Amino acid sequence: MPEVLKAPLVVEFPFTRSLGPVQSAFLTGLRERVVLGVRTTDGRTLVPPVEYDPVTADELRDLVEVAPTGTVTTWAWNHAPRRGQPLGTPFAWVLVRFDGADTALLHALDAPGPDSVRTGMRVRVRWAGERSGAITDIACFEPYDGGPGTPAGPTGHDGSFTDPVTGIVAPARLDYVYSPGRAQSAHLQALSERRTVGERCPSCRKVYVPPRGACPTCGVATTEQVEVGPRGTVTTYCIVNIKARNLDIEVPYVYAHIALDGADLALHGRIGGIPYDQVRMGLRVEPVWTEDGRHPDHYRPAGEPDAEYETYKELL
Amino acid sequence: MPPIRDVAVIAFGQTDHRRTSDELSEVEMLMPVLHEVLDSTGLRTSDIDFTCSGSSDYLAGRAFSFTMALDGVGAWPPISESHVEMDGAWALYEAWTKLLTGEADTALVYAYGKSSPGSVRDVLTRQLDPYYVAPLWPDSVALAALQARALIDAGDTDEPALAGVAARSRASAAANSHAQLRSPVGQGDYLVRPLRTGDCPPVGDGAAAVILAAGERARELCGRPAWIRGIDHRIEAHSLGVRDLTDSPSTRLAAERAGAFERPVDTAELHAPFTSQEVVLRKALRLGDDVDVNPSGGALAANPVMVAGLVRIGEAAARIHRGASDRALAHATSGPCLQQNLVAVLEGDPR
Repeated sequence: MPEVLKAPLVVEFPFTRSLGPVQSAFLTGLRERVVLGVRTTDGRTLVPPVEYDPVTADELRDLVEVAPTGTVTTWAWNHAPRRGQPLGTPFAWVLVRFDGADTALLHALDAPGPDSVRTGMRVRVRWAGERSGAITDIACFEPYDGGPGTPAGPTGHDGSFTDPVTGIVAPARLDYVYSPGRAQSAHLQALSERRTVGERCPSCRKVYVPPRGACPTCGVATTEQVEVGPRGTVTTYCIVNIKARNLDIEVPYVYAHIALDGADLALHGRIGGIPYDQVRMGLRVEPVWTEDGRHPDHYRPAGEPDAEYETYKELL
Repeated sequence: MPPIRDVAVIAFGQTDHRRTSDELSEVEMLMPVLHEVLDSTGLRTSDIDFTCSGSSDYLAGRAFSFTMALDGVGAWPPISESHVEMDGAWALYEAWTKLLTGEADTALVYAYGKSSPGSVRDVLTRQLDPYYVAPLWPDSVALAALQARALIDAGDTDEPALAGVAARSRASAAANSHAQLRSPVGQGDYLVRPLRTGDCPPVGDGAAAVILAAGERARELCGRPAWIRGIDHRIEAHSLGVRDLTDSPSTRLAAERAGAFERPVDTAELHAPFTSQEVVLRKALRLGDDVDVNPSGGALAANPVMVAGLVRIGEAAARIHRGASDRALAHATSGPCLQQNLVAVLEGDPR
């Protein structure tokens, strides 16, 4: 078996999320160093607040302030913080029930070690220096010796703010080491030698390129390697008039389905070396490689007579 | 309403679950298992009325990753097919309902998951509440550890008892040639205290497939069909701080609706990736010491994500097929701290 290829793959996405009235008030409150809960119809106070009661499904809008102090209801010691977690030094994950709340919020507790943490211990919020209206406006919790704290104002806050946050941007990044598997590795390795290799289905005898390791018609493994091309026939094409970002190709250009000789599936590629409005179905083409390219840069006319429609109509 | 027709699991196959399988693409890993279940029933892909799969793009790091795996089932000419971005146990649930409608007599259910390309602890954070929880990146082991601490504080278990769960599971797996961990691994160091490496599942790749058939078709194709007497699945509040982490009311309700409490079961395949979760599930399901729990070794011996729940149903059914069980319970879970739970009750014909 040839060496299996591997490459780093990073998936990053900044999700922009809108907030409803309750989440907006809660996260704006964090920005203003106010902890808000929501009152249920049966008198419980949920922190963090939600828009619908998880028990009764009642719509909840009655925001109430709770103290920035609370009690640990359960915890777990994390001696090896991971990327993105609230603290870079060992810390405890905690569920904290704020004073005045009936449910608990998940966050981090900054403590010297696992022996200093216990269920029932008293904690208070440590606010982040810069706050934007996000759960990370709570930097973490820290140990606290006192009894229940009091909300900032004597009457408490009702959740109305002059400049509420209405959305958050939640960035995410996941790192992978991608491996394309046996069939595609063999295909990519052949390309590095400027050969195009497909695989034949043992049942229907069709040659698939690029091979994926399975015949989608028969549902069986394709294992017999078959070299195809290098020349092929344009089966169909389109004219691209919009310049893609980060792509240094002048528009208009032609993108085509190309049936390489010996293949039973057309692959796609760009057509060059001919004015865009002279590309046609049946045009015979050959690959053009660049110096360090790992696949053909584009295909150009091979200088042969056009292929008859009958020879490629099954591949359209 | 009782099922309008009987539906059974008639075949089950799974890969050897391994830490890595980077020489194989998903479809290459899956295909031998698909052929195993088809061959064991004599069915061809064209005989399958409905196909349903479970997997996750977040494991693959690629959008619509399941479409590639479809090549393995012969999707041309067009087939009746569906996919759930969940464990394959939920794909089986969808297939079961399809067979109950009478629109299909046979169904192929499969699931696959390769955790090896990424970091599954980080990947699973993306299923959490995106406003209040996911920005903190609490990993799957950390959340399970919070649940374990709650159980210890409540007096439901302690660290030696959890070690006992781990040891029993890995010892049971010695008889399971597909399992990833087949011998005692020791409890090891704390991963996230109070959970040690021994309390946590191995990270690995794998695939599994099941064939369902209705009524007489099941009897034609299988010597002793594992009849699905009931399946139900329930979910709990998204917010961890709202729930009592020492209990699993959703599992109990699903079991009740699936008929699990009507008569005792002799076998229970529980999807408990962490030792502490077995404690919760045994309580919720009222399983006594006379029930053979996870004779396969369970998820502590092999936990291919998106597959391990379907494997529980398959393992329970396989015991009925070979006469080692007459009435078995299978459970699958999804989400942090047993958030979503599915329970199936399987029976063999009286002997």
